[in-house]
Amino acid sequence: MSGHAIEARDVRKIYRRYSRRRQFSTLKSALLSRSLLRDLRPDDAFEALGGVSFDLDTGRTLGVIGRNGSGKSTLLKLAAGIGKPTSGRITAHGRVSALIELGAGFHPEISGRENVFINGLMLGVPRREISRLFDEIVSFAELESFIDAPVKTYSSGMYMRLGFSVAIHVDPDVLLVDEVLAVGDEAFTHKCLDKFSELRRRGKTTVLVTHSLDLVERFCDEALWLDQGLVRAQGDPRRVIDEYRLDVAGVENAELAAMADQAETASGGAGIVEAGVKPGGPEDLSKAPEGRWGSREVEITRVDLGNAEGRPTHVFETGQGMRIRMGVQAHQVVTDFVFGVGIFDANGTCCYGTNTLIEGGIPESIQGAGEIEFVVDSLDLTPGTYKLDLAVHRANGAPYDYHRQLHVFRVTSHVADVGIYRPHHHWRFSGGVHVEGLR
Amino acid sequence: MFANLRHLFRYRALIRSLVARDLNARYRGSLLGFFWSFVNPLLLLLIYSFVFTVVMPGARPAELQPFALFMFCGILPWSWFSASLLEASNSLIAGSNLVKKVLFPAEVLPITSVLANLVHFCYGLPILGLFLLLYDTQASPVKLVWLPVIVAIQLLLTIGLALLVAALTVLFRDVRDLLANLLTFLFFATPIIYPISLAPASVQPYLNLNPFTHLAVAYQGALFRGGPFTDGDRLLVVAAESVVVFLAGYFLFDRLRDILPEEV
Repeated sequence: MSGHAIEARDVRKIYRRYSRRRQFSTLKSALLSRSLLRDLRPDDAFEALGGVSFDLDTGRTLGVIGRNGSGKSTLLKLAAGIGKPTSGRITAHGRVSALIELGAGFHPEISGRENVFINGLMLGVPRREISRLFDEIVSFAELESFIDAPVKTYSSGMYMRLGFSVAIHVDPDVLLVDEVLAVGDEAFTHKCLDKFSELRRRGKTTVLVTHSLDLVERFCDEALWLDQGLVRAQGDPRRVIDEYRLDVAGVENAELAAMADQAETASGGAGIVEAGVKPGGPEDLSKAPEGRWGSREVEITRVDLGNAEGRPTHVFETGQGMRIRMGVQAHQVVTDFVFGVGIFDANGTCCYGTNTLIEGGIPESIQGAGEIEFVVDSLDLTPGTYKLDLAVHRANGAPYDYHRQLHVFRVTSHVADVGIYRPHHHWRFSGGVHVEGLR
Repeated sequence: MFANLRHLFRYRALIRSLVARDLNARYRGSLLGFFWSFVNPLLLLLIYSFVFTVVMPGARPAELQPFALFMFCGILPWSWFSASLLEASNSLIAGSNLVKKVLFPAEVLPITSVLANLVHFCYGLPILGLFLLLYDTQASPVKLVWLPVIVAIQLLLTIGLALLVAALTVLFRDVRDLLANLLTFLFFATPIIYPISLAPASVQPYLNLNPFTHLAVAYQGALFRGGPFTDGDRLLVVAAESVVVFLAGYFLFDRLRDILPEEV
């Protein structure tokens, strides 16, 4: 077979919301107020898909990515034939199997065996074929000893394994998968992926809706990025994912910037002290919540985060440069002062902390306004969200102005490495060891 | 619409399995198991016998003996009819998971409700037959050939209404409550616990508007009354009505098919 397995032409899907009818939600009230026709008219329309077109060649694997609510699942359902597009056309050629919810339609009271048959019949497989495949289905789901027990006694994992096993054994020409791999244990996920690979080798077409960019990059021939019901990019997975990542970083950046603004207003204005915190600061700093305190002879008036070039951002790629710029204002001439910086991960673990005193700086004086820049040449952190402690205090620790975790930034990475610190490194192989694809 | 009907035929194995599942699951965990299918109509018979022979013995016409058995001829098919519609009205909502997430003809669900209750009806028939033999009514066994015809007509009528009710319930949940009351009304508007001859002549035309009147009278004619089967024209009327109801029900269901997954 050749040609397109799935064709979508300007597919639009509008969900109607009947808010008024939902409020009363009865035929009676509609009849009584003689407003049946008016109530049947949608009050509000929500456009889930706003004109999506694409072709998927037979035998290809397409990964659909996008933020929550971008229309991915709607697209998949329409491709499966569950519901019709409001306008436009979407066709899938051949036998379609949709893994939208595993084990949808299992009846809890009857045995796994009976459920396998009913589920298979529902997917359009003749009884004979289910009988033939039965043992394979059960052994793939690893449920040999439970297959005659009622499904209600199954654990959720068993339930899903059986559902997956039935759906994948019906030998679909087009397999539609909606984020079902997120469930199940590691071993079963691997088994599922192997099964996908097998289908792919046999020239079957697969559409994978997922939030796992990694999966798309490894498994898919093509990627499709949906954003608010529209195709933002389609094509080579690597390229699409990169674009998507950039966009997500942009959005996160905006969010973090908004948070930073909030922090500014929350802590802004001299003399405002976080409630419950003594001007001298909390007893145990490591347990202190976010906040700001200090005697304010010297004040940190603003904080800006920027990349190596100084362009403002709150999202950094691992290994990128970072600049933390602080504006300070001294209300009197101060000669006893230390500037400190602390980086904390989401768990509150201190990843790094330093100050001008530890590093041998000898304070001379601050007078009036000034600026301090803390320049990181290479931000070698693992992906995640980090918070900053910024402070100016006396050598004995008494704070003038302490910003406790008020400033947030995010680190992204192409690699999902773990830990709190990413040593600058590379791999080297020699002899009979060959490794490809390392980034 | 007709293409979809043909398409539906391909799913007969699924319908068969779902009916079996329904019957299987219904009595799973109960002590008497599927004997309930026999016990339920028996208990019903007992209750009506008590009311009409002990509490108000004067209410029954003398020529219909035993009166309980006369009622049973109507109650049994009525139970099938009303239980089917009540279950069908809930079938799409109960199976919302399927309707929303699996591609298959959704009309399978209400049809399954009707067929599962047909099986219960068939379980009740031997009991009815046993009592008919025991009391030796005047009905001749030859007339039993009409029984499958009447059942077939009722099946068509019930499926048509079931499709209608199932689809409408998804759009208006109150159809369920409306239906329960409507069925009670219809029960008394059908000559089941009284012979149609007992109804005043002025009321009879109205009773005849109710398709189930024809069915009930036909059941009574085929199973209970003596003499030849005289309800052929009644059957013809209700058969025509059933075809219309079925087509209308299927047409409506087919039209609403695409919005069902969004609304359940």
